[in-house]
Amino acid sequence: MAEPQEEKTQEQAQASPATPLLDELEKGPWPSFVKEIKKAAEKKPAAKDHLGLLELSYHEKIGHWKHGGIVGVRGYGGGVIGRYSDRPEMFPNVKEFHTMRINQPSGWFYNTKTLRELCDTWEKYGSGLTNFHGSTGDIILLGTTTENLQPCFNELSEKGFDLGGSGSDLRTPSACLGPARCEYACLDTLDICHNLTLEFQDELHRPMWPYKFKIKVAGCPNDCVASVARADFSIIGTWKDALRIDQEAVQEYVRQGFDVAAVCARCPTGALTWDAKAGELKLEAEDCVRCMHCINKMPKALRPGKEKGATILIGGKATIVKSAFLSWVLVPFMGMTPPYTEVKELLRKIWEWWDENAKVRERVGELIYRVGMRTFLKEIGLEPVPQMVRQPRANPYYFWWPEEVK
Amino acid sequence: MTVLPKTDIGPPHYWEMLPPVIQRNYGQWKYHEILKPGVLVHVAESGEKIYSVRVGSPRLLSLDTVREICDIADRYCEGYLRFTSRHNIEFLVSDESKLEPLLQELHDRGLPVGGTGPSISNIIHTQGWIHCHTAATDASGLVKSVMDELYDYFTTMKLPAKLRIAVACCLNMCGACHCSDIALVGIHRKPPKIDHERVPQVCEIPTVVASCPTGAIRPNPKQKSVEVVEEKCMYCGNCYTMCPAMPISDPENDGVAIMVGGKVSNARTSPMFSRLAVPWLPNNPPRWPEVVETVKKIVEVWAERARPGERMGEWIERIGWERFFKLTGLPFTDKHIDDFIFSVPTFRTTTMFKY
Repeated sequence: MAEPQEEKTQEQAQASPATPLLDELEKGPWPSFVKEIKKAAEKKPAAKDHLGLLELSYHEKIGHWKHGGIVGVRGYGGGVIGRYSDRPEMFPNVKEFHTMRINQPSGWFYNTKTLRELCDTWEKYGSGLTNFHGSTGDIILLGTTTENLQPCFNELSEKGFDLGGSGSDLRTPSACLGPARCEYACLDTLDICHNLTLEFQDELHRPMWPYKFKIKVAGCPNDCVASVARADFSIIGTWKDALRIDQEAVQEYVRQGFDVAAVCARCPTGALTWDAKAGELKLEAEDCVRCMHCINKMPKALRPGKEKGATILIGGKATIVKSAFLSWVLVPFMGMTPPYTEVKELLRKIWEWWDENAKVRERVGELIYRVGMRTFLKEIGLEPVPQMVRQPRANPYYFWWPEEVK
Repeated sequence: MTVLPKTDIGPPHYWEMLPPVIQRNYGQWKYHEILKPGVLVHVAESGEKIYSVRVGSPRLLSLDTVREICDIADRYCEGYLRFTSRHNIEFLVSDESKLEPLLQELHDRGLPVGGTGPSISNIIHTQGWIHCHTAATDASGLVKSVMDELYDYFTTMKLPAKLRIAVACCLNMCGACHCSDIALVGIHRKPPKIDHERVPQVCEIPTVVASCPTGAIRPNPKQKSVEVVEEKCMYCGNCYTMCPAMPISDPENDGVAIMVGGKVSNARTSPMFSRLAVPWLPNNPPRWPEVVETVKKIVEVWAERARPGERMGEWIERIGWERFFKLTGLPFTDKHIDDFIFSVPTFRTTTMFKY
């Protein structure tokens, strides 16, 4: 395969680059990202050069983006990721190719009027490429110049959009669709997400912490936003009383040949049993751990209890630096009604302690791992409860506080 | 005087984005059914219904495509749609009579409808060579290649349970890769190369030293730079994130690792990490045939043997990892045995195992 030419005449530079490797990815049934870049490249020189640079990466099996520099818009410390190509001489239109993170509406719902307005502005100022959505949840506007950042932001702001988070700040909170279209929702995830986002605008837009901090809100233990894996602070909907059984609806499942016994067989605690003779689904409510399995399988007959709230978990993160952590239980049950004062106060206490004590780029979970839960709990004023651990320690190496001994 | 833009206004309010039928029945949904792959109906206590049609998307969208999506939503959905946490588009249909015409139009446009129930949903992924400075592989190309091959599992519901795949283009593992049924992770295999002239100019040495999870980096005061104890380096690239003068990408040695068995849901079993199945496969763009073939093999062995409703990780827990390696024919190597900081709890401390 011929290497792409280093030198290009003016005319060649204006023609679309030959992309034999990427062209392969236009074939096949799954929607093609290459077709998307090509669509944008018909209108935008930046998208055309992006395509050329990507083809180069496919030839050389290496990326061609440099570390970001400090770029942004007035009044904000985050929300824009500076990005520069390392081959500006070959592809001058992606010399600067910054990302703008735009805070998505809760639950990623849109009306088309709003989406079209966003498109019009990005058409004017950007490469024409987007991501719906980025990993954290933002709308990603992919690729613009330093010069265009401020006017693009000004226009977006005029239309009611704002930037998301980046760097060592609160990252854009995200939520599952919750009560908007899910009967499992134990929380108003959309409102909690929106309310917390508005409450913490300064934390979101002005990086001032040791590292990033993510909040995700899931309506039930199915955790469709992966908050346990992806959020430092996971708010997961749950309930405290017994799940509700509609025995009539259970009978209807049975009449349709549905295997209720098979659902019970996979109940993790044996709390749910099927009495075939009596034709009754029985629940030992105290044994139920609210895992959602039976509700998922029989949504017409089973639903969460009425005493709804959230389990708050802390510390989730991906691998860098000290391994990936799943969030662990911090508050087994917290009522969640507007204006969500209790959860806001808890967040502020955690941030104050973390900000004071963490090393640079130490996530809150890693700090807790380093100094111990006992210190963390004492600092934020929470009592230890058995729900926080899977099992107690198996070693005798624990600390006593000075006031606990004579 | 120029008018300054408004700042700190937050996102557009979600309420304006909700179709009227959702506004009327917010928090009052009774149950849902999957009518066919990719088509859901949610029924409210009031008896009102909303249909959702889930469509696969490459995530990277041109503005023309976003506008075409809007056109479709205007024609069939009174102008409302949403995106899922896995990059799918969901068309929200309030008027039942528009459901079949919508499905017909999506079919005519060649857009995949599916990703519900026991299927493979869209692949969560990162930027890769599209836009990331630390990528060890591309993400979009891997996704396209894998989804082309497994396309049939998106548009049908014939798997034992849902299967969630994620791609992270480097060890930072953006994208909840670490808790997926199958995770593809871009990895490096050689220590970073140090540009001693640039390190003092562009890097803060204490930060670089602190960035190393294994303590492999120490100051090199003579050169006002750093040095890497190569035997201690496990190629995570965290130093490169902090210091551009320590490039770690290497076209011939970088590649893709495959991890399996993770989940985030609490249903039946606790959330689980994905664990190493294949330590390295070559970066072989544009279609990564070695990766695609291996993913397909893992999916098919699981699909053939798992019990109904059993996620990848639940199946492996039941049969044991030793059986997983035997059934898939994937070689077990010294790379599979953890030697990072939480290794000991992964060792087998019982005489109970299989052959």
